[in-house]
Amino acid sequence: MARVERAPRPVWREQLARVPWQQLTPLLGLVFLLVIGSMLHPAFLSQTNLFNVLTRSAFIGIIAVGGTFVIIAGGIDLSVGSMAAFLAGAMILLMNVLAGNDMAPLTIVLLGVGMVLVAGLLAGAANGLVITRGRIEAFIVTLGTLGIFRSLVTYLADGGTISLNFQVRAVYRPVFFDSFLGIPIPVWVFAIVAILGAILLHRTRFGRYVRAIGSNQEVARYASVRVERIRTLTYVIQGVCVAIAVILYVPRLGSASGSTGILWELEAIAAVIIGGTALKGGYGHIWGTVVGAIMLSLIGNVLNLTTAISEYLNGAVQGLIIIAAVFLQRGRSGR
Amino acid sequence: MPRMTRILFATIALALGFALAQTTVIGVSIPAATHGWTGGVNWWAAETKTRLEAAYPDLQIIINTAGSAAEQADDLEDLIAIHQIDALVILPFESDPLTEPVASVKDRGVFVTVVDRGLAREGIEDIYVAGDNFAMGRVSGEFISEMLGGEGKIVVLRGIPTVIDNQRVEAFMEVIADTNIEVLDSRHANWNRDDGFEVMQDFLTRFPEIDAVWAQDDDIAIGVIEALAQAGRTEEMFVLGGAGMKEMIARVMEGDRLVPANVLYPPAMIATAMEVTALRFVSSVPTLGTYILDSPLITPENAADYYFPDSPF
Repeated sequence: MARVERAPRPVWREQLARVPWQQLTPLLGLVFLLVIGSMLHPAFLSQTNLFNVLTRSAFIGIIAVGGTFVIIAGGIDLSVGSMAAFLAGAMILLMNVLAGNDMAPLTIVLLGVGMVLVAGLLAGAANGLVITRGRIEAFIVTLGTLGIFRSLVTYLADGGTISLNFQVRAVYRPVFFDSFLGIPIPVWVFAIVAILGAILLHRTRFGRYVRAIGSNQEVARYASVRVERIRTLTYVIQGVCVAIAVILYVPRLGSASGSTGILWELEAIAAVIIGGTALKGGYGHIWGTVVGAIMLSLIGNVLNLTTAISEYLNGAVQGLIIIAAVFLQRGRSGR
Repeated sequence: MPRMTRILFATIALALGFALAQTTVIGVSIPAATHGWTGGVNWWAAETKTRLEAAYPDLQIIINTAGSAAEQADDLEDLIAIHQIDALVILPFESDPLTEPVASVKDRGVFVTVVDRGLAREGIEDIYVAGDNFAMGRVSGEFISEMLGGEGKIVVLRGIPTVIDNQRVEAFMEVIADTNIEVLDSRHANWNRDDGFEVMQDFLTRFPEIDAVWAQDDDIAIGVIEALAQAGRTEEMFVLGGAGMKEMIARVMEGDRLVPANVLYPPAMIATAMEVTALRFVSSVPTLGTYILDSPLITPENAADYYFPDSPF
């Protein structure tokens, strides 16, 4: 037999084989895009451009951190884009009403932020409870709430756009546009959310339960994990993450409409999957999601920096890169 | 059932049938309010319904909004089957997929008015009301060229890839081709504020020198202006949007240097269409034909004529 006669593998090859290549592929994709971008335009690697991209990726990235929990636990949340639009609309309306009552703008912003966090938590809890208590497929429940939230924001806006009161906006605007220690505030928030998410997922009992449920819900149940409660909590986390993204989104343009956050759900899911999390649950990590979200923003940015590719083909290139990024880690899908 | 009751019911039914036969039912099918401009269309449709029904008690107007071309085709079937409409006013989601559904409505003897997006086959509609996308692009091109004195560097933010966008951009580029203006690049911003913001950020990264931005649409323009403010480059260029959003008209009225003008593409065209369709049933005024609404340039001088503070757009 030929196989028996093979020489033992040299030590360096053993070590090389032990490097978790598949886990690193999202990072390789990122490096690849950075190289391409810097070849296309000298301003690509400028601090302004890189911060632009990071700030943009913060919305999808923060939502995707929440999505990582949902997906690892074997669920899915399609409603996040509509939920973001609805929360943004409700937040702006509330702040406008308060502004009509001669309240100090700073107080108004703080109240708005508090309200949106509570509303996000409740919206997530509603999704989670209907899914777990009502025993309806997450896909269907969140597809339903996708439509509900989207119509609600259109209704609140009377078919138009809800715009934030001018004075409140002046106070709130720095939350998106200002920097702290030279780094834009949205990037800080994104980083903090990601770190907290990573600790929760990888270093706590809750995180272990989430992964256990995603691997095998029945086994987790026999191991006396409170499956329904944990699954509901993943949707609550998702809702709060959407609220945090909204808190950063509203000061950017100070408006919300029926077209706010369209397709964010797919971008968030894509970020999670590009980051190496299994769509069917059980396995995944937050840092991959962060890399995935940054990659998605980078693709759009790189395409905008070149005339080489027709603007009609933007979507095609994005699609190819996303598929390629996931193709490279296909070995994972067995888990 | 006692005989008297039966007779009573029969009489009521007859009376109802008579009353219904007297009423003219106009079905209005429009896209759902998913962005600013369609929001304006929805608002104008509702306003016009109220006005017409108050003015002509024999008119009944039913407004349907659809989220996609397929949904709109289904709506047409409902309008025929349930409401038995006498006339249809439709702003098609897309031209091609709705051509046959509208044709089959026409075959049922329904009077058809098409708004904004022409059908793929001629001779179906009785009345056609539309804005002029070529004129919109041309007027925009002429304004930018005049402002820049025929030379300079501009960027173009396009809408959603559709016939409308193509016609505007084609007419715009024809004007620009005869000047020394260089179009640095054009990208789709999908008539969306967020996309306008991001595309403009990237244009600002790429091009150290820009003299004007053709945003084509006011939603895009709002995103563009925010990106300019962030980069601190508002002094360097001006932005031309389009469609006539009230916030932008207000800025033109105030003489904002950054927003010197606007080009109208009125969502109120749905109101024009509903009015002429109603006239066909309540009067003997000749109405059949094609109505092409102008895309005039809105400047500080005439902006007040185009400012509708109650409209959501």
